Amino acid sequence: MANQTFEPRIIGFLCRWCTYTGADLAGTSRIQYPPNVIPIRVMCSGRVDPTFVIKALVEGADGVLIGGCHPGDCHYSVGNYRCWGRFNLLLKLLDQFGIERDRVRLEWISASEGDRYAQVVGEITETVRKLGPLNWKEKVIAKEAAA
Amino acid sequence: MPMVNLIIDGKKVQAEKDTPLLKVARSYGADIPTLCHHDILEPYGACRLCVVEVVRGKRSRIVTSCNYPAQEGIEVKTKTDRVVQTRRMVLEWLLGRCSEVPLIQDLARQYGITESRFGKGKETCILCGMCVRVCNEVVGAHALTFSSRGADRTVSVPFDSEPEACIGCGSCAFVCPTGHIAVEDHSGRKVLHHESRLGPYKPIATPFMQAVPNKPRIDPETCIHFKTGGCKVCATVCEPRAIDHSMKESVEEVDVGAIIVSTGFQLFDCSRMKAFGHGVLPNVVSSLEFENLCHASGPTGGKVLMENGETPKSVAILHCVGSRDTHYNEWCSRVCCMYSLKYAHLIHEKTGAQVYQLYIDMRCPGKGYEQFYRRLMKEGVIFIRGKGAEVTRVAETPEEKGKLVVKTEDTLLGMVRRIPVDMVVLAAGMEPGRDAKDLGRILSISCGDTGFYTEKHPKLGPVSTATDGIFLAGACQGPKDIPDTVAQGGAAAMNVLALIDNGVVEIEPITAWIDETKCSGCKTCFAVCPYKALSYDAEKKTSVVNEALCKGCGSCVATCPSGASEQRGFRDSQIFAELEGALLTPIGAGG
Repeated sequence: MANQTFEPRIIGFLCRWCTYTGADLAGTSRIQYPPNVIPIRVMCSGRVDPTFVIKALVEGADGVLIGGCHPGDCHYSVGNYRCWGRFNLLLKLLDQFGIERDRVRLEWISASEGDRYAQVVGEITETVRKLGPLNWKEKVIAKEAAA
Repeated sequence: MPMVNLIIDGKKVQAEKDTPLLKVARSYGADIPTLCHHDILEPYGACRLCVVEVVRGKRSRIVTSCNYPAQEGIEVKTKTDRVVQTRRMVLEWLLGRCSEVPLIQDLARQYGITESRFGKGKETCILCGMCVRVCNEVVGAHALTFSSRGADRTVSVPFDSEPEACIGCGSCAFVCPTGHIAVEDHSGRKVLHHESRLGPYKPIATPFMQAVPNKPRIDPETCIHFKTGGCKVCATVCEPRAIDHSMKESVEEVDVGAIIVSTGFQLFDCSRMKAFGHGVLPNVVSSLEFENLCHASGPTGGKVLMENGETPKSVAILHCVGSRDTHYNEWCSRVCCMYSLKYAHLIHEKTGAQVYQLYIDMRCPGKGYEQFYRRLMKEGVIFIRGKGAEVTRVAETPEEKGKLVVKTEDTLLGMVRRIPVDMVVLAAGMEPGRDAKDLGRILSISCGDTGFYTEKHPKLGPVSTATDGIFLAGACQGPKDIPDTVAQGGAAAMNVLALIDNGVVEIEPITAWIDETKCSGCKTCFAVCPYKALSYDAEKKTSVVNEALCKGCGSCVATCPSGASEQRGFRDSQIFAELEGALLTPIGAGG
């Protein structure tokens, strides 16, 4: 049982109309991909508050994936643009916290792109695996409590 | 105009003063021949065939009725010996000039003349001047004129060179009674496969036999009035006065509760596949062009003809042009095998030509389709299992000279074959419409990776879309034939009727709401709402959500700085609870 490979824990905030449905399609198409992304369904990527991402990382996630409709194709017309704007600001916030930017990813995946969803999951899993566990609770919260 | 009394062939009649006698006499049933008269043109008096005898007071004269005005008290005789003699003389002269023009021969025969003592001239122009007059008076282009006088008189163009003023309307050819002026193709082609008909389109016409509404419409691109300001003959002759050239396009706004999108498909452009020579080689036609050719209202009235006007003796039909092809469109277009079989049958019926059908698979689902395929095999169609690779005019053997050679690999025989044929029909596939994506954006419905609109569910929701109230029908949703399209049309209509019949509209339960105790009235949420569902309550000084407009996207929730905006079913607390649960689950066990 020694030297078990680190399995990253990634939370995926997926928009119900596009990415979540695309993930569904990956499943019905029986595409094989890593199980490390846990999907949380939102109606639109525009619902994703940057605090969700922070909360996820703080509570033990090693990475976060946000999935929305392609720009121009948002079911609610411009929700994904809201998400995009917030995401860019979030990245700056992460820099200040010292969290690697590669741990979070915003991706546009449509309902018919099942194979793309699988590919993105594979990519982010490997990227976060290489970065190693975030361990926010140990590294930051415990330290601060001790200090 | 005041009315006058006159006598025509012994009958007392009345007419408006100054009306040409020709019009008056004809309205009372007189049979007066004319060659240079046309209702839309000013009378000219050139042919002298319309002569009648007019008695005024004591004098009796032979006059041309087309320009002699009706007056009080005259007597008109249209069939006296003197009149008939005059007409016979005119016709004998005309026959001597144009002995081979059928129109002149017929008219002369009616007056008992079969031969002219004045010779057997081969002229086809009778100098009626209708072409000149229509070009000057009606069209206003002034490209034609008479030149010279006496025996040398002729119709010509200014300085005998190609007139710049000619707008190519074809009116001169249209009015010419003998066919002296004709519209022809420069390269000598008798049938134009890539256009609907030879020569200019009639600017006002019913587009095709089955058009809805089945009424003529004016094409502003070719209408003479829009080019020269003249003509408007159609408006002049239209009795109910239904034509109005000043009509303009208008944009109308209509409030509806449901939309059915049935915007159809577009045909694959065969000229993209250079190997087949569509648009370059003669007698290579796409399926739609061939359909037009076979149609009774097409360029040949339904005859299958090559460009030189001859009937083909062999035709090759190539399946899957642009379909089932990773270089172009991957999908199968569903209808091409069946329409290709239809063409094979039509060609066999109309011309008896040998048909070669080059296919990959024969897809004949549906009632009676397989039986039809077998029938064609019995009719002598040669089926070759091999995709057409190339169509060329380069002959390698004497049999191939002058023919189109179709090159293919016959996979059943296991050899490459060259098949010389007279005509090639390319079974082009169906593609989504050029502006399908743009329309999809406007309606917020999505196109799949193929470009056809995405239905709500591939099996259980073929005519619904992800957007409530917007439905699909027909080829815009995917390639399909007529019975399937009709079924979808009915289904979509029923869906709409169900919405109307319900009496109530179901709205999303996952709408947002504003907690008044937390809202600061900053109105930041207004800017992000795509549906303008938020408004300001001036009394309470807070935002309010209109639940009928809110679609539940959650943008305002994420934006609100005070956390006053929440979404039913997707509250922050609910999502955090999901997060907690997700992070507790071992990897691979949940999600």
